[in-house]
Amino acid sequence: MNVQNCFHCGNDIVKQEEIIFDEKSFCCVGCKTVYEIFSQNDLTCYYDFENAPGATPQDIKGKYDFLENEDIVTKLLDFQEDSTHIVSLYIPHIHCSSCIWILENLQKLQSGVSTSQVNFHEKKVRITYDPKKTNLKEMVLLLSAIGYEPYISLENYENKKQEVDRTLFYKIGVAFFSFGNIMLLSFPEYFEVGEFWIEQYKVFFRWLIFALSLPPFFYSASGYYVSAWKSIKSGLLNIDIPIALGIVVMFVRSTIDIVFDYGQGFFDSMCGLIFFMLLGKLFQQKTYNFLSFERDYKSYFPIAITKILANGTEEPVQVYDIEKGDRLLIRNQELIPVDGILISPEASIDYSFVTGEAVPIIKKSGDKVYAGGKQIGKVIEMEVLHSVSQSYLTQLWSNDVFQKKVDQKYKTITDTISRYFTPALLLLAFVSFGFWVFRDVSTAFNVFTAILIVACPCALALTAPFTLGNVLRIMGNRKLYLKNATVIEQLAKVDTIVFDKTGTITTNKKTSITYEGEPLNESELKLLKNALRGSNHPLSRRLYDFIPHQEKIETTAFEEIIGKGIFATFGEQKVKLGSSQFLQHMSENTHKKTKVHVEINGIYKGSYVFNNQYREGLEQLFENLEKQYNLVVLSGDNDGERKILEKMLPDSTTLVFNQKPEQKLQYIEQLQKQGRNVMMVGDGLNDAGALAQSNVGISISENVNVFSPACDGILDAVQFSKINYFMRLSKNAMKTIMMSFGLSLLYNLIGLSYAVTGNLLPIVAAIIMPLSTITIVSFVTLMSNFYARK
Amino acid sequence: MSVIYLLICISIVLAATFLYIFIRAVRSGQFDDDYTPSVRMLFEDELKKKGNNPKTKIKTENQD
Repeated sequence: MNVQNCFHCGNDIVKQEEIIFDEKSFCCVGCKTVYEIFSQNDLTCYYDFENAPGATPQDIKGKYDFLENEDIVTKLLDFQEDSTHIVSLYIPHIHCSSCIWILENLQKLQSGVSTSQVNFHEKKVRITYDPKKTNLKEMVLLLSAIGYEPYISLENYENKKQEVDRTLFYKIGVAFFSFGNIMLLSFPEYFEVGEFWIEQYKVFFRWLIFALSLPPFFYSASGYYVSAWKSIKSGLLNIDIPIALGIVVMFVRSTIDIVFDYGQGFFDSMCGLIFFMLLGKLFQQKTYNFLSFERDYKSYFPIAITKILANGTEEPVQVYDIEKGDRLLIRNQELIPVDGILISPEASIDYSFVTGEAVPIIKKSGDKVYAGGKQIGKVIEMEVLHSVSQSYLTQLWSNDVFQKKVDQKYKTITDTISRYFTPALLLLAFVSFGFWVFRDVSTAFNVFTAILIVACPCALALTAPFTLGNVLRIMGNRKLYLKNATVIEQLAKVDTIVFDKTGTITTNKKTSITYEGEPLNESELKLLKNALRGSNHPLSRRLYDFIPHQEKIETTAFEEIIGKGIFATFGEQKVKLGSSQFLQHMSENTHKKTKVHVEINGIYKGSYVFNNQYREGLEQLFENLEKQYNLVVLSGDNDGERKILEKMLPDSTTLVFNQKPEQKLQYIEQLQKQGRNVMMVGDGLNDAGALAQSNVGISISENVNVFSPACDGILDAVQFSKINYFMRLSKNAMKTIMMSFGLSLLYNLIGLSYAVTGNLLPIVAAIIMPLSTITIVSFVTLMSNFYARK
Repeated sequence: MSVIYLLICISIVLAATFLYIFIRAVRSGQFDDDYTPSVRMLFEDELKKKGNNPKTKIKTENQD
């Protein structure tokens, strides 16, 4: 075991703080306590599945007092009866098999728990317990104590039970059942026509096939009829029309065939078609259960907050019950749920949710505090001005423009193609019918139906689901989680990318300054600090604050050349600070980093490097993106960093500062009016409107399990520099789709050549249909994997 | 040869039984979570012979 890392949580151990317990080292008391709990209960297996799987328990004193309130608890429970309560809790820390193991052995830690079951993908644990022996608060406290603190927000409070939609599984099951049986039963007639035994039994076989094809025709394929009907009504010709038409024609013609003993019909192909297409649907239906893309303020807000009653006692109160004039107690890291006036002498409030500004704002007693801020530091008291629904932030959220527009119908590539495909197909069918009808009426009907059957765009309809479904998975593996497959298509169409500044192209970590070069001794540092004192340049100020306190000495001469550097003299000693040109010191790639070079008494010493807080690979990313996209940086901050950004980013980048959330939204709208397809990359609530307005809204998140605003995709912050890759992959995905469209049209042509001449045999249809499906599916899978590797 | 009626009936009934079992499995939620059960089934042994040789590593970092 690595000595450097905590046995429980795997974090680095600071030597002085190391705690040795049971021959294992821990980084803090919290981790040690969790280990103690586990070892006392014979649960040390926890550490066998995974190295250092734990999390340090956080201080939660008083945070869950609201769970004593019966009404709130009732709302949170899934199921409630005298001796059984069932609750599902969302636990963001669930990440490995050890987590599953410990959470499913909760009954060893807490009496009264009968079972607990983890759903890994949803990061949820479902606990069944006896309310007489334990209660929800104890449970939550226990979970928090072992490092699995559940996340309970206002959203849980309103939770309606979500119905799981499993109809697709049923439909596939039914379709597969019929498909398999029909295939077996049709087999004899493929090869031996007119053979004695077949003649004897074919009536039985055919009617059995007919009976078996009823469930897929009426049940499994029902979605296509509905969708086709809707699309006809709305005047759009989507891909489901030819599909539905093909299925219906196949069924009717096959029924006529067997009624009048013309042949065996196409029931086999019909069931196969339905089965394969439903399979494609399932494949595309990849969802990330543990993420939610449709969030609003409710998932950020706490369920309850501490209220101070007139007699000074504290009581948890549901946030919706907060009224004007109430006095509230806000603890460290707690979110302020309503607008109010500060009563405590001082508060420092982090509004990064709302404004994107990372630095906490100091408020004095009597100042107005707005909902959405997070108190950092000690406990504060406030008086309520507005209830939750009337607070600024919630009103902002309820504003229509902040909702992602649902009616914004996006036309998928398949629909675009089918707009041409469907009329062309119908035209061909009618022309052929017209051609044959003068020669032979029955052949004319044969040809007409055969065309609709064989041209049924099964392969065409499967192309997009399989390609996009596969690309969606590939992106998911690389930590870009998209809401659904259509986002990829929209991604490929983007021509303008708008970035938020704070939290998006910058990290939340504070700027750090490092020194490179020959180490400076005490007296040199003293000179340096005193030289800096006279300068008002931002870099000088920051460097001045960075250098530890030194004795004060007066300069004998001081000169500041604006934009270049400082030259200061202290008696005999000379200090020269500034850019590399100023010092005439040639240093490699000077423009990449902000540096202040130091020269003392004519000798070059080294340089202070200002590690900007911008994300790694930002410059490279912008340089790559610039070639194909219009880039915009939209910031809620003032333009203090304009200089640095201009230097760092390509010249064509537009920089806009001082943007309020509404203005960001309007800016995006403006771009869209100019005909641009805009992708917004942002974080935090302040970008929520812009993310919703943009064609593709991607939210950057340091930890995908914590909450991000409503968006089309969530990108893990470590992958920020790969945005270029994702953009390229989406374009290549569309290229793959186009290629495979060509391929499937080729199959259609071959099929049609049989159909138009009136020679379509059931066996030909039964071969072409699965063959085209299999080639298309393997083609797109191979191609998208190939592009993903690039 | 009329035994074919019987045979086909049996085969269809068998297939229908499988369909029924599948639908019941879906309904009971077996297809909702396709990951956790695969990990869970490896735990059972671990508990009983705890202490003997518990150093079985299961690599499950990724969720797809």
